[in-house]
Amino acid sequence: MKLERLRHVFRNSLELSDDSPVDDLEYRGNAQWDSLAHMSLVAAIEDEFGVMLDTDEVIDLSSFNRAQQILEKHGVVLAD
Amino acid sequence: MLTDVFTRPQPDKEKQLRDELNALVSHHRQSCPPYARIMDALDVRGEAATVAELPWLPVRLFKTKKLVSVPEDQVIRVLTSSGTTGEVSRIHLDREAAATQSRMLARTLATVLGARRLPMLVVDGRGVVGDRRSYSARGAGALGMVNFGRDHHWLLDADDRPDVEALRAFLDRHGHEPFLIFGFTFMVWTYLYEVAREHGLDLSQGILVHSGGWKKLVDRAVDNAEFRRRFGADTGLTRIHNFYGMVEQIGTVFLEGPEGGSLYCPDFADVIIRDPVTWQEVPVGTPGVIEVLSTLPTSYPGHVLLTEDLGVVHGIDDGHWPGKRFSVLGRLPRAEARGCSDTYQGGTP
Repeated sequence: MKLERLRHVFRNSLELSDDSPVDDLEYRGNAQWDSLAHMSLVAAIEDEFGVMLDTDEVIDLSSFNRAQQILEKHGVVLAD
Repeated sequence: MLTDVFTRPQPDKEKQLRDELNALVSHHRQSCPPYARIMDALDVRGEAATVAELPWLPVRLFKTKKLVSVPEDQVIRVLTSSGTTGEVSRIHLDREAAATQSRMLARTLATVLGARRLPMLVVDGRGVVGDRRSYSARGAGALGMVNFGRDHHWLLDADDRPDVEALRAFLDRHGHEPFLIFGFTFMVWTYLYEVAREHGLDLSQGILVHSGGWKKLVDRAVDNAEFRRRFGADTGLTRIHNFYGMVEQIGTVFLEGPEGGSLYCPDFADVIIRDPVTWQEVPVGTPGVIEVLSTLPTSYPGHVLLTEDLGVVHGIDDGHWPGKRFSVLGRLPRAEARGCSDTYQGGTP
């Protein structure tokens, strides 16, 4: 469920359609995920999962995959 | 103040930088044919024995030549900076160089900001980052900084006027804990200082990081010392850090220490001040042209650059952090600036 919520956050922040695949997304890998969108994405992830990321993590959050790992580091269990 | 990038005394640092930069000279020579041709033309042979002997490029070369050291398909970002003449530098980053530059910028600024993202006041309008396809230099600067903050508040409204009520609301919410203020020096003075003084706002918990030069403030008789003094006296803001950096060495910033007045070089970078006629390194206290050295440029040959700025080293290993401490004095007069690039054979050791 939570993994689906993360996908939803990505689609919403990056203005992608509801069914577009996000699991392989990388920062700057598409036109939507630029540095401006990154700022909204980080804020949305923080709101959705009630975490606060450090600067290092914001910079390190360079793919959907890394986002999962960072959230897991914060104790958010994403596995379905 | 904890730091992991302002640690090396000058003699250690120069040895390490010399070795790493010699390696970068070879790397770029192998990977960037135009750079190799310049090195050949300068008759650069063997390794430099000191950092001062490393061959430099004039920074404006990035405005006229495409200088890139990675295959085209690995370039993920091309950064541009507009010059005063309308010429544009083009800086090519691959994935690794892009990641390294943001990481090292973060480590540098963490020295004064800490690892936590602070509530952030940007002294600019949101519109400055509004158009995604073409950011101005101002927009790119602001975007580079937003990662360091959270709950971003943009000071200027849609008409580029400071919104005092919104600023008050931001300070009510965040002004009792450390918060980050970022902006260009001139705008910080014009829009934040003057507004805060007029309305008696308390900025004492702020940490200001600013850049962009003093030229526009000369006619208001505001220099770095006066800027700090008046911010402190009139708004309570005392944690102020100016920085010096350029797109041609993205990720490398020379940061003003907490005591104020001097810029310091992170461990992976350095400055050398040169006489504009002989190109020899000048002694501490003598103004000259600033050369910047950094190990971050791996995807383009920007590791040793002669800038068009004048500066002076105030001291070495005698300040708040180790290494050289210096000030930027302004731009080279136009004629001399042209002279620099025309005579860069002076870079031959």
